[in-house]
Amino acid sequence: MQEKKPHIVVRDLTMAYGDFVLQRDLTFTINHGDIFIIMGGSGCGKSTLLKHLIGLKRPAKGEVLYGDVNFWTAPPEQQEAIIKGIGVLYQSGALWSSMTLAENIALPLEQYTELSSMQIRELVSLKLALVGLKGFEEYYPSEISGGMKKRAGLARAMALDPEILFFDEPSAGLDPISARLLDDLILQLRDSLGATIVIVTHELPSIFAIGNNSVFIDADRKTMIASGDPKVLLKESQDPTVVNFLTRMEAGRRGHVDADKDNRRGTP
Amino acid sequence: MNPSAVTAPTGSGGGGRLSFSRSSQDTLQIAFTGGWKITESLPSLSDVQRELESGSPVRSISFDTTGLTAWDSAYLTFLLQIIEESTQKQIQVSQDGLPEGVRRLLDLATAVPERKGAAKQEKHTPFMERLGTTSVRLWNSNLEVFEFLGETTVAFLKLLVGRARFRPRDLWVTIQECGLEALPIVSLISALVGLIFAFVGAIQLKMFGAQIYVASLVGIAMTRIMGAVMTGIIMAGRTGASFAAQIGTMQANEEIDALKTLGISPMEFLVLPRMLSLMLMMPLLGLYSDFMGILGGMLIGVTVLDLNPMDYYNKTIEAVTLTHIWVGLFHSAVFGVIVSLAGCLRGMQCERSAAAVGNATTSAVVTSIVSIVVATSIITVVCQILDI
Repeated sequence: MQEKKPHIVVRDLTMAYGDFVLQRDLTFTINHGDIFIIMGGSGCGKSTLLKHLIGLKRPAKGEVLYGDVNFWTAPPEQQEAIIKGIGVLYQSGALWSSMTLAENIALPLEQYTELSSMQIRELVSLKLALVGLKGFEEYYPSEISGGMKKRAGLARAMALDPEILFFDEPSAGLDPISARLLDDLILQLRDSLGATIVIVTHELPSIFAIGNNSVFIDADRKTMIASGDPKVLLKESQDPTVVNFLTRMEAGRRGHVDADKDNRRGTP
Repeated sequence: MNPSAVTAPTGSGGGGRLSFSRSSQDTLQIAFTGGWKITESLPSLSDVQRELESGSPVRSISFDTTGLTAWDSAYLTFLLQIIEESTQKQIQVSQDGLPEGVRRLLDLATAVPERKGAAKQEKHTPFMERLGTTSVRLWNSNLEVFEFLGETTVAFLKLLVGRARFRPRDLWVTIQECGLEALPIVSLISALVGLIFAFVGAIQLKMFGAQIYVASLVGIAMTRIMGAVMTGIIMAGRTGASFAAQIGTMQANEEIDALKTLGISPMEFLVLPRMLSLMLMMPLLGLYSDFMGILGGMLIGVTVLDLNPMDYYNKTIEAVTLTHIWVGLFHSAVFGVIVSLAGCLRGMQCERSAAAVGNATTSAVVTSIVSIVVATSIITVVCQILDI
C-alpha cells in the first residue's frame, strides 16, 4: 500500500445550488489508503460534497483532482477512466429495483469488461459472498432487508475493483451490531484491497473506530473548520463546534475543554 | 382574598371552567376548575381579555389551580396565550399557582425564542415581479426541454454508430410492455370509436339513403387520423405515465446517480430503449387500431344498417387509399416520439420525493396529450395546404 500519496485533492471548492452557497473554500487532501471521514451536523452539505467528489455535481468554483487530473476539465475518456475507478454505496443502497441482485452486480461488469457470462456469474457470486450474501443472487431488492440492501449495494460498488470507495451514511438505519459489522467489513476491504475509502457519516463510534483522516464542515460558517485524524481532533481541537460534535456535548469526555463551556451552548 | 372580589363564572358543560377574582386592586387571580382537556368544551381567551379590560387596570396575574382536575396541551396553549397577551400589555404573570408539570412544560416551550425569519410568511410580491419570475421559470423549463432533446439526439447518434450502451433485454421487455400488452385496450377503444362513428354517420346518411357511405366515412376517419390519435392518447396514459413513474422512482431512489457513477449514461441506458420501443410500436399499434375501427364500423353497418358485408368491404377498400394510411402512419410516428419524450423527460426531471413522482406522472400525461392535439392540428393544416 502506498502511504501518504495524494489520491484526491480538493482545492478552493465552493458548492452552490443556484445562487445559494452551501460551502466555500474547501481545501483538503485524501491520501491513498486513507479512511477519510466527511463529518458535520445535519444539513451542512456532507452529501453534496460527496456528489462533488464522485463527479455528479460540478463545483461552482475550485477544482477536484484525482491524482493530478482535474475531473471537470479532463477529456471524456479520462473522465470515464476516473469514474470506473470509483465505487459508491448510496444511503439507501440505490440498487436498480427492476433487476435481481446478480443482475445489479453484473451490469457494470457487462458494460466494461469482455468477460463471458459464466465468468461474470462467478465474479458476482464472489462479490456477494464477500458481503455475506451468498445465495441471494436471484432476489430482487424489494425482497431483502435494509441492511442486506446496503451490503448488496457495497457488492455492486466493488464490482469493478475500484481504487476509491465512497460511502454515504453507511450505518444510517442499521442496528448497532450491523453497523459494527459494516465497519469491520470496510476496514477489511481497505486492508485487503488497498482501496482508499471516503465515508460521509455522523456516527461517532464509526468515526473513531475506523477513520484516520477527516474533514469537518460547518453549516453556520459555511466552510470547513477542522481536518485530520478524528482521534487527534477529539484530543486537541480548540473549536467548540468540533468538540461538541465529537463529545456529544458531554464535557466529561475531555478534561481541558471546560473553559469553552459557555461558548458551547446553542451550537449544534 | 379580597371580599369585594368579582367572581364571573364563564364556560359551560362538563369541561374546564374559569373564574376571576381580584386579590388586590391591580392583581387579577384566574381560577381554573374542572377538566381542561382537548376533548372538553373550554372557555375562550376573549373571556380573559374582557376581564383584563374591564375594571381598574391590571398589573399582575396569578393563577389558582386548586379546583383543576385534569389538564393537557389544551390547557398549555390557553396559558401560553394568556402569557403572550400579558407580555404585550406589560402585565406580570406569576406562575406559582400552576402545577409543577405545567410550569416545566411552559419553561420548555418558552426556552428557545422563535428564530427570526424561520416562520414562513405569505409574502406579497408585486405583479411585475411575479410575471418576471414566471417568465424566467418558463424559459428555463424550455431550456431543459431543448437540453433533453439534444441529449436524446446524441444518444440516438451513438446508437447509429453502434456505441450506445443499453441492455438489449430491456429493449425487448419494453417492446413487449408497450406493444403486445397494449393490444387488448387498443382493440376495445378503437372498435368502439369505429362503432360510434358508424352510428353517428348512419343517422345523417340514412336521410339520403346513402348508408353505404358509412364504410368510407369510418374507413377514412380511422386510417387518416382517429386510429393514430386514439392510440396516441391510450399510450400517453398507459406507457408515457409508466415511463415517467419508472424513471422518476429511480431518480428518487438515487438509482440514476448509481448509473452515472458507474459511467453508464441514463440517457442511453434508460431513455433510449424506451423511446426506441415506443417509436417502433406506435405506428404498428396505429395500423392495428385502424383495422379494429373499421371492423367496429362494419359491425354496425351489417347489423343495424343491413348492409352486405361484401359491399361494405368493397366500399372501404375503394375509399381508403394508400395516402390516407401514410398520413395516419406519419401521425403515429410523431405521437410515438412525443409520448416517449414526454414520459422520459418528466421522469428525468423528477425530484426526490413520492409526491414528485406523482407530479412527474401527471405532467407526462398532460404534456403528451396536449402535444398530441397540437401536433394533430398542425399536421392537418399542413396536409390541407399541401393538398395531401
